[in-house]
Amino acid sequence: MLHVENLSASIGGTPILEGLDLNVEAGEVHAIMGPNGSGKSTFAHALAGRDGYEIGGTATLDGADLLAMEPEARAAAGLFIGFQYPVEIPGVNNMYFLRTALNSVRRARGEEEIGARDFLAVAREAMDLVEMKKDFLNRSVNAGFSGGEKKRNEILQMAVMRPRLALLDETDSGLDIDALQIIAAGVNSLRSPERSVVIITHYQRLLDYIRPDFVHVLVGGRIVKSGDHTLAHHLEDHGYADFVNHDLDDAPERPLSGTAS
Amino acid sequence: MSRTAQEINDLAEASYEYGFSTDLETDIAPPGLTEDTVRLISAKKDEPDWLLQWRLKAFEAWQAMVEPDWAKLEIAPIDYQSLSYWAAPKQKPVLDSMDDVDPEIRDMFDKLGIPLHEQKMLSNVAIDAIVDSVSVTTTFKATLAEAGVIFCSFSEAVQDHPELVREHLGSVVPVRDNFFAALNSAVFSDGSFCYIPSGVRCPMELSTYFRINSQNTGQFERTLIIAEDDAHVSYLEGCTAPQRDENQLHAAVVELVAKDRAEIKYSTVQNWYPGDENGVGGIYNFVTKRGRAHTDAKISWTQVETGSAITWKYPSVILQGDRSIGEFYSVALSSKRQQADTGSKMIHIGADTTSSIISKGISAGQGQNTYRGLVKVMRSAHNARNYTQCDSLLLSSDCGAHTIPYIEVKNPTAKVEHEASTSTVGEDQLYYCRQRGMTEEDAMSMIVNGFCREVFDELPMEFAVEAQRLLSVSLEGSVG
Repeated sequence: MLHVENLSASIGGTPILEGLDLNVEAGEVHAIMGPNGSGKSTFAHALAGRDGYEIGGTATLDGADLLAMEPEARAAAGLFIGFQYPVEIPGVNNMYFLRTALNSVRRARGEEEIGARDFLAVAREAMDLVEMKKDFLNRSVNAGFSGGEKKRNEILQMAVMRPRLALLDETDSGLDIDALQIIAAGVNSLRSPERSVVIITHYQRLLDYIRPDFVHVLVGGRIVKSGDHTLAHHLEDHGYADFVNHDLDDAPERPLSGTAS
Repeated sequence: MSRTAQEINDLAEASYEYGFSTDLETDIAPPGLTEDTVRLISAKKDEPDWLLQWRLKAFEAWQAMVEPDWAKLEIAPIDYQSLSYWAAPKQKPVLDSMDDVDPEIRDMFDKLGIPLHEQKMLSNVAIDAIVDSVSVTTTFKATLAEAGVIFCSFSEAVQDHPELVREHLGSVVPVRDNFFAALNSAVFSDGSFCYIPSGVRCPMELSTYFRINSQNTGQFERTLIIAEDDAHVSYLEGCTAPQRDENQLHAAVVELVAKDRAEIKYSTVQNWYPGDENGVGGIYNFVTKRGRAHTDAKISWTQVETGSAITWKYPSVILQGDRSIGEFYSVALSSKRQQADTGSKMIHIGADTTSSIISKGISAGQGQNTYRGLVKVMRSAHNARNYTQCDSLLLSSDCGAHTIPYIEVKNPTAKVEHEASTSTVGEDQLYYCRQRGMTEEDAMSMIVNGFCREVFDELPMEFAVEAQRLLSVSLEGSVG
């Protein structure tokens, strides 16, 4: 499904990602962990097409060349980013935003747009998933939302958009334990054989609720170690010291791909 | 300039879609403004002597006045002698039905999306269509007459209801009020007249559609709306003009009278030709709009201004009666080389009077947008309250937003609040929307419309949709 090879990204000549490889197959859940500044968020935004990066390497989603597309085309191809810092859009009704987003990707895919009434049913179902109150849809997008509400809104959007690949960037940061469980339950219910999820996180905590098939350690812009979910526990106990301190040139030539053979 | 900033700029440089002109046979006066011009206009309209004398008094006052120069506007000198002060489409003198409207005029309004056939029209909206200086038709007159509502062109009102015109003309905006109001009073051509009798709730929206068609003419309309005790009316005006290289002058006066417990809601969607990206052409829009609110009356101004090269306009309310209410909601877009100096004046005279001002200024391209407002609380206005909120949105690095509030309080029981903010459309916001599949244009339009939400919510439903579309079109352009 997602194939990333030798991905590099720099800003104004400062390298952030330096030869990142990752394969994610349909139905898999991957976790990417790493210390601050290791390039986790950059990885998400480089895939999504945010302005301002100089990009190298390749990244394909279902065979489509992501890096050659505009951000909106990447979304239409099925890429969804759960933002670490969801953006506020004052005066724009959340419901209207969601329907415009869904219809934009439907239009781009040559599908029929969804009417207001049918959309309401879709939205209600998604809201139940993240235990949102009704008035939530009538508020402005993220404006005046608490940290937890913003993150839940991201998962609500994911539930409405039904992406092929969801990349959740530190969705767990700033959440209390109840909100964490709601979000985890939401993500788990969206797991399916056709959908893949990549979870970017600092902590092992979220992975107690969403058990990943693979865990990768991102250090210095590369994946230096891959393993199963036990790797996350190892990191929780020992930190990233093992990976940060040793010379990166000694890291495996080709980091393990997600599809362990 | 980064790529995104460039794109935002392109969005703001969209072309003007109402720029066509129509070949109408026009009766036009030679350029120049003298006492004879004033007499000619009055004679053309077969006016009673009292009105001619009123015009002449205004002309005399105007000659002694100078153009105001306090606004933050850079204006090339206007040669008032090079303009023509009378232009009217030639047409049959009497219209028995819509079928008698000149087909070319009908086509012109169809092209603007304003069908004048009653059966094709927006239901529940009566329209007075004004081309250059003259009202060409008013729809739904019969339906309105049943309710006792008078809605007709100003010229007709002068002939048919002279007592009402004479009593109220100049009662809110006196002839000497300011340079442009005096000019208008001397040479005004036509406009709309509405009269809502006591206790009547006007059964439909009233709307006037202004179109400047002729070249080198000034347009000077006069609108007078009178709501008697307990009457209610909602009124909307729309404006467009052809794309021409010369600047055209538009100096209108609007007077509103809301008697005891009456309510007048006045909405404007102004889309005069703004000129091109080099600042060539466009309408100079100098407008005086003012309402007088009597006891427990309410006057509400809502304006969406996307056009004109120059906008000089401060819709105001004189809160004369106790407990009267004044409101001003405004969206003003200045893109290309447009300059807008606009805001509101709220004059509190009565006790327990309340006013609110919500102003949203959007600057793009090299546009300059200034909010200028006055909140004045007189000694007699016990417990007066005002809330003012001015938000500015900047869409380019070359544009400007300025906020100049004047507050004069002479009664210590007054409460006056002023809030102001300035923001930009963030690249973060655009990226977020695009990650959700929206094109950059759609995202931009959504964000800007969101910024204007509080004002659009005040517009009558049909026009809120129109205003959103207009704003999107004004921001549209070739992206990427």
